[in-house]
Amino acid sequence: MFTFLLKRLVQATIVMLVISLVAFAVKDNLGDPLRELTGQSVSEAERQKMRTEMGLNDPFVVQYKRFLINAVQGDFGTSYTFNRPALEVILDRLVATLELVFAATLIIIGLSIPLGVYCAINPKHGFSKLVMAISSIGISIPVFLTAILLMYVFSIELGWLPAYGRGETANWLGWESGFFTLDGLAHLILPAFALASIMLPLFIRLVRSEMIEQLSSEYVKFAYAKGLPQRRVWYLHALKNTLLPVLTVGGVQIGTMVAYTILTEKVFQWPGTGFLFLDSIQRTDTPVITAYVIVVGLIFVITNTIVDLLYGLINPTVNLTAKG
Amino acid sequence: MKYGLTKIAGALLAAGFAFNTAAADITIAYPSDPISMDIHEQLSGGMMQLSHMTFDPLVRWTQDLQFEGRLAEKWERIDPLTVRFTLRKGVKFHSGNDFTANDIAWTLDRLKTSTDYKGLFEAFASAKVIDDYTIDLVTTEPYPLLLPMATYIFAMDSKFYTGVDENNKDKSAIIKFGNTFASNNMSGTGPFKVKSREQGIKWEFERFDGYWDKQSPGNVDNLTLVAIKEDATRVAALLSGDVDMISPVAPNDHKRVKQNNKLELVTLPGTRIITFQMNQKSNPALQDVRVRQAIVHAINNEGIVKKIMKDFATVASQQSPQGYLGHTPELEVRYDLKRAKQLMKEAGYENGFKLSMIAPSDRYINDAKIAQATASMLAKIGIKVDLKTMPKAQYWPEFDKCAADMLMIGWHSDTEDSANFTEFLTMTRDEKTGMGQYNCGYYSNAKVDKLVNDANTETDTTKRAAMLKEVETILHNEAAFVPLHWQNLSWGANKKLNMKPVINVMEFPYLGDLVVAE
Repeated sequence: MFTFLLKRLVQATIVMLVISLVAFAVKDNLGDPLRELTGQSVSEAERQKMRTEMGLNDPFVVQYKRFLINAVQGDFGTSYTFNRPALEVILDRLVATLELVFAATLIIIGLSIPLGVYCAINPKHGFSKLVMAISSIGISIPVFLTAILLMYVFSIELGWLPAYGRGETANWLGWESGFFTLDGLAHLILPAFALASIMLPLFIRLVRSEMIEQLSSEYVKFAYAKGLPQRRVWYLHALKNTLLPVLTVGGVQIGTMVAYTILTEKVFQWPGTGFLFLDSIQRTDTPVITAYVIVVGLIFVITNTIVDLLYGLINPTVNLTAKG
Repeated sequence: MKYGLTKIAGALLAAGFAFNTAAADITIAYPSDPISMDIHEQLSGGMMQLSHMTFDPLVRWTQDLQFEGRLAEKWERIDPLTVRFTLRKGVKFHSGNDFTANDIAWTLDRLKTSTDYKGLFEAFASAKVIDDYTIDLVTTEPYPLLLPMATYIFAMDSKFYTGVDENNKDKSAIIKFGNTFASNNMSGTGPFKVKSREQGIKWEFERFDGYWDKQSPGNVDNLTLVAIKEDATRVAALLSGDVDMISPVAPNDHKRVKQNNKLELVTLPGTRIITFQMNQKSNPALQDVRVRQAIVHAINNEGIVKKIMKDFATVASQQSPQGYLGHTPELEVRYDLKRAKQLMKEAGYENGFKLSMIAPSDRYINDAKIAQATASMLAKIGIKVDLKTMPKAQYWPEFDKCAADMLMIGWHSDTEDSANFTEFLTMTRDEKTGMGQYNCGYYSNAKVDKLVNDANTETDTTKRAAMLKEVETILHNEAAFVPLHWQNLSWGANKKLNMKPVINVMEFPYLGDLVVAE
């Protein structure tokens, strides 16, 4: 276990280095930050002066070296638009993104397990066919379309839910969130459903196919033969084993969902990291762009490591050291 | 309990038991919010809106582009270089300090150190304080644009911004990419104070109790400014009643806002001209005035306005919009395909030629679509266009290199004056004076240069107008650039907001004067 973690750490460092190099290399092709910083009538000489002050005229290697030295100390540069450390800006916004991901996860878990199990138990039932049909359609509709449709129906036509933003937040045990106010919850519903719509069909299908597989396995047949009641076999024996692979696959998917919030956040003007990232690209706020890519890269690396560890815990036959 | 009471009040209001108070709370959505609390950090639409809410200028523009006094009660030109302003008495800053002539002098000095403003205020010498409520603004040469520039002089609280902050940094420092005292603290004389702000999300303002302008009919107590970038979301927020006012409204959504009986759509002809420049340096064919005229004649800009802009623009034949000094009504829109073909033939390009074109895809309304339409129009006179469109972040570095034969650029005159267009877009490029900074057409005409330079020191309005009109006429006759249209401006709002009296072509409604009906 320890060797595995150590190996992982070395690998992660290399991966992060590569990510930082790529993130840093693309920044020069994203455009000129001075354009967004200055008004139209500022002279070219004045702009050049600013570029020099900001160190943008230095050779790539010098800039990258400076960036690395600072990054190791946790300084990813100062955002041009926020005038604050880029990492601080991202971490501030990460709370909103995690809140959205958490809400979407609740929806996914709450819907996919009952629906998936139902479809597995009653594969021929009309309702099961409907669920499968809708999830096929759902998987092929892009999220921004779902989001706009939801907004059109529930906020413009019915007027039930707000169309944009995060709403009021309250603090509970140091967690500042919209979960604790009615207004915050109302603002959460539409974006959370839109975000959940990306993964929900996948999860329903996953639960369904795992459950079907379990139901046709030897131990289930044996349980029936032993005379156990049907419900006990379904919900205790089969479901438990169904959820194991769902947990591992699901873990990765939900971890990576942090990076998939971009479109949902854009449509609902949700003040999270995805929205911040898009906005920063438009404003050529390169420190934020670079820091975001690195933070998201880190989240991927961490979720993958945790899932590998979980695998080991759930199934002790997996040899972590060899895997690492 | 307080929350519960507001809920009950809200329910009563909704049920029609409106309280008879003059106060109102509103929410406004723009695509982006101001980037700082320091109004001298950047010259942009968002910052101008913030300035007019929290500060007051010496004078401000009226809807018909005349001047009305704000912090200045009256003004007169006492000699060719000097205008004397008499200032309003009894004006207080948000900090409680009294406003005096020293604050204006201090503000002007600070403007001259700001990257974004120093160019515009180059003509100004330091101000001369005569007494607490009299100040002379002096220019180095006779300067006709002194009053337009005075609309940018928003008095800052010199006592508040003098000294050092807790980090031992100068409070008056202007830094575009760093934290300063002025970018986080504010004291102006304006109708609103900043209550809180979450940058990139929302700003909350409250009315300033001690506001000097008791005549102002404005009754907005609390104003929230939110940023909603996506056009569709902004309109959705207005339609669902989440916000009370938005700007701009995308042309495709005009009908929906108009059809809603609770909402009102207001549009104004704007002053931002959209043009194509024809690069004479990269493509020698464009040095021939007949070829340039042929291109202008081949582009159906009326069609572009009708079909692509859905009539949400004004067809242009020159740089200066109506109401500007140089606007020349005699200049006509030139679309004429037959004439264009004939001109190509006369110039010896009967079989056409190839040219490259670049345009941004997210800077102006429908910019990429306009460029595509233009390319297909030019194909009709045998010009094969190699078009590249790109996001503005990538576009401007390309534009700075003048990296194509035809380049799209839009321009809004910061001085609301005709000469500004020519200075930046069509005068001969000059590194030293900064003239022709965006002239990628490399058009150069000594007469135009002289006329604009002379106009910039001519304080007689009639003479000056004649010069600027002559400039427009020469540019028109020599087809120095392709004029397309002026973008219109749009606001959508709840009908209880009496918007029409406060909006203007500069795109910063005077929200302090906004009246909201109960």
